[in-house]
Amino acid sequence: MIVCSNVGKRYPGGLTALENVSCEIGAGELVFVTGHSGAGKSTLARLIAAIERPTSGSIVVNGQNLAALRGSALPYLRRNFGLVFQDQKLLFDRNALENVLLPLAIIGTPIGEATRRAQAALDKVGLLDRAKANPIALSGGEQQRLAIARAVANRPAILLADEPTANLDTNSAAGILDIFHAFHQVGVTVIIATHDPQWSGLQNARELRLAHGTLAS
Amino acid sequence: MSAWFNQHLTALRDALRRLTATPLNSTLSLFVIGIALTLPAAGWQLIDNVQRAASSASGVQQISLFMALNAERKDIAEIESRLKLAVAGRWRFISREEALKRLQGTAGMADLISSLPKNPLPDAFVIDPVDTSPEAMAQMAKTMGAWPKVAHVQLDAAWVKRFDALLRIARLAVSLLAAVFAAALVVVTFNTIRLQILAHAAEIEVARLIGATDAWIRRPFAYFGAIQGLLGGVLAILLVVIGSRLLTSPVAELAELYGASFTLEGPSVSLAAALLAAGASLGWLGALLSVNLSLKHPD
Repeated sequence: MIVCSNVGKRYPGGLTALENVSCEIGAGELVFVTGHSGAGKSTLARLIAAIERPTSGSIVVNGQNLAALRGSALPYLRRNFGLVFQDQKLLFDRNALENVLLPLAIIGTPIGEATRRAQAALDKVGLLDRAKANPIALSGGEQQRLAIARAVANRPAILLADEPTANLDTNSAAGILDIFHAFHQVGVTVIIATHDPQWSGLQNARELRLAHGTLAS
Repeated sequence: MSAWFNQHLTALRDALRRLTATPLNSTLSLFVIGIALTLPAAGWQLIDNVQRAASSASGVQQISLFMALNAERKDIAEIESRLKLAVAGRWRFISREEALKRLQGTAGMADLISSLPKNPLPDAFVIDPVDTSPEAMAQMAKTMGAWPKVAHVQLDAAWVKRFDALLRIARLAVSLLAAVFAAALVVVTFNTIRLQILAHAAEIEVARLIGATDAWIRRPFAYFGAIQGLLGGVLAILLVVIGSRLLTSPVAELAELYGASFTLEGPSVSLAAALLAAGASLGWLGALLSVNLSLKHPD
């Protein structure tokens, strides 16, 4: 369960990205955070994942108030999330399998078990046959699927994606959304920030629409 | 515990991968570290050998105890038992007959000795004390001088003091040299790790975003520094051993020209262990300083 109460974010220089945003996201929900470019979607995603801290209000994730967490506790909180970034943040000095192994290595999973889990994650996104490929050799859609495989490898409770379908053609984007939908159906909380409102019409999905940093619906 | 062990195993694997990924850079850094460790190690080795050579060749750090001319077997036995009780170190007994024979063997002395009506030389003990500090040796000589039937105790106190002072200066010089080179080793590792961190900036960023702690990020760099330092230590040992081997024969020949027998010794096990420990710990320290600074100030 994620509870945002009167969340605001003001950046140095005076830019207000979010103002008085309050919302609740229940466990197992599929939520689309929509809005035009600059509406504050990515900021909200970064605040929920504790990558940034709000300047006002509070965010509680699974009972933990992020504002009260010490810096040293943040890495452990982030392990509850599977994060998919708009620019994927893949590592090009290692192959696809090694990219997916990274979160498992961080939590100290034995190499044998980690390899099995990473292969299973690649299989779920349809990239098992590209396990040895360098990410640079993958298409845009495949790179996004690889980023999803890395995000789900350590079986997070919450999958949080920021513009996962940006720069993808319609077919590739639909494929990515299908993968997220599949994870939602097995009980994972899925939060997707997207500028494309058409995806929020998916079955069982809820939309949180942001406009100019405030919640419009 | 298992997770902790696996995280360290991963860090070690990453460190080895990074070390072999840039073989030329790694080899060059290794040589710099190896040479930085070799110079003070060779200095220690030289001092150790000079100390041994001086004590065995010229009687420095030895005490000579001369018995009275009328000393009998039981007096000699008494001194032997007192030396055992005093745990003074190693000693050897030189009888007056043996001393005379040695003197006769000295060039130009045979005729002089044969002209003497009787053996003028006393029985003697030559003692190699365990504690060779000037104060301890002077005290020991004083004690021995009071023993029964001891006519004279010879200790070249001034020589011992001079030699000890020279050794202390040499040890201090080598220690200062070691400190300078230790600092150089830390700086070299610091810079190497700084470059490594820049090369792995993307990996560090992603790892942080997906839940890596600072300790997890630091670990492979610390292992990298320690392994590089350890290998530098191995190289330093090899260089000192090779240097010792090359010098052994000429030094033995030189000693023979002075009528002495001396074998140059290579690094002891304790010196080798100290080199490995110093290399690894200084490398580890340089790496930690570098990665801590970079994590605080990523730019």
